[in-house]
Amino acid sequence: MTGDPIYTEMIIEYSKHPSNFGEIENPDISQHDSNPLCGDSIDLQIKINENKVSDIKFKGKGCSICIACTSVLTELVKGKDLDEVKKIEKNDVLGELGLEHLIRTSPVRIKCALLSLKALKYGIYSYFIEKMKDEKSAGNLKEEATNLY
Amino acid sequence: MQTALSLETIRKDFPILQRKVRENKLLVYLDNASTSQKPIQVIDAINDYYKNQNANIHRAVYALAEEATEAYENTRTKIAKFLNVQKREEIIFVRGTTEAINLVAYSWGRQNVNKGDIIVTTEYEHHSNIVPWQLLTKERGAKLEYIGVDDNGELILDQLDSYLETGKVKLVTFSQMSNVLGTITNTDEIIKRCKKVGVKTLIDGAQSVPHMKVDLSKLECDFFAFSAHKMLGPTGVGVLWVRKEVLETMQPFHGGGDMIREVHKYETTWNDLPYKFEAGTPNIADVIGFSAAIDYLNKIGMDNIRNHEIELTKYALDKMSKVKGITIYGPKDIAKRGGVISFNFHDVHPHDVATIIDKDGVAVRSGHHCAQVLMERLDVAATNRASFYVYNTKQEIDALIGSLNKVAELFKL
Repeated sequence: MTGDPIYTEMIIEYSKHPSNFGEIENPDISQHDSNPLCGDSIDLQIKINENKVSDIKFKGKGCSICIACTSVLTELVKGKDLDEVKKIEKNDVLGELGLEHLIRTSPVRIKCALLSLKALKYGIYSYFIEKMKDEKSAGNLKEEATNLY
Repeated sequence: MQTALSLETIRKDFPILQRKVRENKLLVYLDNASTSQKPIQVIDAINDYYKNQNANIHRAVYALAEEATEAYENTRTKIAKFLNVQKREEIIFVRGTTEAINLVAYSWGRQNVNKGDIIVTTEYEHHSNIVPWQLLTKERGAKLEYIGVDDNGELILDQLDSYLETGKVKLVTFSQMSNVLGTITNTDEIIKRCKKVGVKTLIDGAQSVPHMKVDLSKLECDFFAFSAHKMLGPTGVGVLWVRKEVLETMQPFHGGGDMIREVHKYETTWNDLPYKFEAGTPNIADVIGFSAAIDYLNKIGMDNIRNHEIELTKYALDKMSKVKGITIYGPKDIAKRGGVISFNFHDVHPHDVATIIDKDGVAVRSGHHCAQVLMERLDVAATNRASFYVYNTKQEIDALIGSLNKVAELFKL
């Protein structure tokens, strides 16, 4: 199966040894999301310090695409300023794993790949609205999450 | 296959089996428990109806309407014969098994189930034989109880006895064959125990009728439901059979045209059976298509179909059990199972498995199979499922095994 466009060595590795898997004590953001179609289910937890993501972890059950993409997303986000995190797009995650083609080729599996990005956007939105009472910073994140796939 | 038709001839009747999918791979269709493919005879029957006979039934006197009515009603007679039912008015056309069960829950259930009563179902039911009973028992203040599944994938019938002993059970409702495990239910035994204490029984035959001979004159259940689309027929047609003594006591499900005798401003009298339960213009074309599907099944013979599937299932179980890292669910004894095999790979999500083997053109189902209660019992989120039918071949199973070995290799199992 060399040259498989989805199941690359990197994806298999990430799915067997995910990055940032686990839980955080007293997180500032706790966001759950699931994919009713296939039962992928993840919990993202984020710690914020001085408007930066000081720590991020996730737990969940999912297919290899879901787990690999969530791993990559946590790596992308860790240590970044929230203003940068807000700007993360589909291809930032997919590109890391060479999965951009899923947008075209697999309307089913793209949902597995982007579940964690959707949860992240919702989580940050709720953080700004509920904890910081800052509607301006929350911006369009909720719409972006809803329309992600 | 020991039949007048060879497997090769049968396959030629299914246009879809000739097509290529993905990267020029011949389709290997192994999702028959979900829906079956349709032979050209069924497709032609539906086409022919729309081209030559299309008219509403049971009303007008012109030639077309007469022909359409006759074709529709002949199907009812044909189904009665297929199931060895003596009274054709016991056959009600519905949209499918789901609607059939909802009809019973709504009509019979609301008349007969009261506070404190018990409905018994099983842990290996499809959602369509769980959710209607949750709705009913919640509305009526009744209780829903489950017969458990043992580690071999069979029902634990002792639990049925303990429910029956309470004297509160109104109905025991169960599938004749599990859509996930393939387990063939010990139907006669359940019905015998229920009849002894005067409890009614409903059988979900969605997985059994397409694959084995069912004789309703011998089964002593009260309700029986199944769908056309899993037995070579079109989607949107199903059958509810109800024992006449019970059917006569039931209030209508839907109100509307065709189910009435006389309608006045504040009072209505009902049409005869079965029309009292068939409100509105039915799915005429697809009922006529279903007729062609039954002709096709009869031509092959239900016993031949069962034997063919036993042979395929044996072959598949033997080969699959040798794939690295695989777990197979359900009874080991071939006599106790139909042509449905659920499996998982250690640590590989079923959706990954389905995607990888789909590239080879192999279509299997992955997910919870509308049986989340059973998934909980098995302690898995989902499974993969291969299910066979009359047109499947050993070569197709070989293709499945080849693809499964790729999964094991890719994930280094």
